[in-house]
Amino acid sequence: MTVATMTEIAGEIRDGMTVGIGGWGSRRKPMALIRALVRAGRRNLTIVSYGGPDVGLLTAAGCVGRVVTGFVSLDSIPLEPHFGLARKTGEIALTEYDEGMLYWGLLAAANRLPFLPIRAGLGSDVMRVNPGLKTVRSPYDDSTELVAMPAIPLDVALIHLNRADASGNGRYLGPDPYFDDLFCLAAKRRFLSCERLLSTAELIESGPPQTLLTNRSMVDAVVETPHGAHFTSCVPDYGRDEEFQREYANTDWNTFRSRYLDGDESDYQKAVTR
Amino acid sequence: MTRAETCVVACAEAWRGDGAVLASFAGLIPHLGARLAQLTFAPDLLVTDGEATLLRDGAVEGWLPYRQVFTTVAAGTRHVMMGASQLDRFGNSNISCIGDWERPRRQLLGVRGAPGNTINHTTSYWVPRHSPRVFVDRVDMVSGIGGDRGAHEIRVVVTDLAVLDFATPDRSMRLRSTHPGVSVDEVVAATGFPLTISSSGVPVTREPTSDESALIRERLDPDGLRER
Repeated sequence: MTVATMTEIAGEIRDGMTVGIGGWGSRRKPMALIRALVRAGRRNLTIVSYGGPDVGLLTAAGCVGRVVTGFVSLDSIPLEPHFGLARKTGEIALTEYDEGMLYWGLLAAANRLPFLPIRAGLGSDVMRVNPGLKTVRSPYDDSTELVAMPAIPLDVALIHLNRADASGNGRYLGPDPYFDDLFCLAAKRRFLSCERLLSTAELIESGPPQTLLTNRSMVDAVVETPHGAHFTSCVPDYGRDEEFQREYANTDWNTFRSRYLDGDESDYQKAVTR
Repeated sequence: MTRAETCVVACAEAWRGDGAVLASFAGLIPHLGARLAQLTFAPDLLVTDGEATLLRDGAVEGWLPYRQVFTTVAAGTRHVMMGASQLDRFGNSNISCIGDWERPRRQLLGVRGAPGNTINHTTSYWVPRHSPRVFVDRVDMVSGIGGDRGAHEIRVVVTDLAVLDFATPDRSMRLRSTHPGVSVDEVVAATGFPLTISSSGVPVTREPTSDESALIRERLDPDGLRER
């Protein structure tokens, strides 16, 4: 367990890996780490995510082979333009699940189970577009048929929290933990970026115990990246940068990339606060 | 009384009699409907701020992060009013993509929670523009399941023209009421499949009471966003 740099973390993620990304839609995404992956020019990643601009940026940059998700949305802008284009041109493969199935797949991986039964998916075209999905029948008197949601094990999890210490104890301060703890529990290597790195004593002071979402056994390296979820929301530290998100959604990719992503993270932060 | 206010009340009516269940919604008109229902004839409804906070009469009363929403879905203690880009006559809905799933003409949101919602608990729909592009013979990707595929209950479809339900022997779509000023022929022309229409006539959707109008105009939506 170490405090790492973003370059070191990006260096641990290799082409073809399955990468789980925390947050939800355009909310508390580890965007600084995503930008680092874009700069590192990773290829053929499988991205597991409640998708937002994390999926869009990685897709536009050509880093993605497959997306495993229930949706991709910018929340205030319903449709993700880069993801939409890549689907239309057939550039990326998609594994499409119900949102609750994705949760169950991560929960199964976190608990080292091969699958967990769930109702969601039955009767829908999720079964048609995932021909490998199987059902399971209850061995008890009810004999209910359920989807056997397979575990979604991850090579790597990337999450962003409001506060953390150097050991990997981490805290969210906003209204929702999303599924960041589960992404870590489902992954072999777990990387946590945070708004502020605190001493353990300061971290414990910074909120109630039940908002301590990660402990030392769930995280392999921590990096402090202030404004590191930008342009997604990271309340209460900051809300979504709606104006910048509109620029992202409406700007040609090469223009956006040269304007904001060709330098390092500090160049990005300077460019977006100008 | 405006068409938007009629639609808000028609959405609110979807939750009548539901008791202490989570009223979830996509879009402003269903949001106003859920809050109106909670303020009037369905005071036990649980309503969120669209994120993780439960509100009652506009004040915070609890916490419901996404993982708890999934438990609520699985428990069945929820009635969602979703949007739909396509709907068929049995209430199968599509919010995922238009065209062939392998390579869609247009990527939409993805199935989101529609498969889990429709199999676990009551679901209704809000369609802001009733047209044959939405009301189709077959949806391109079954995201939410209909009555013919084992849906728990598809209760109503509220549109800018009418209220539709599935109170037929084979659970296919029926025209329950048309909004004031809308003819049955207009609804039929805007629907891409045959509707069941009572030979004894189709009632008119009820208008908001003066109390409901006042709540909508003065309390829930004073800026008139519903009219856009």
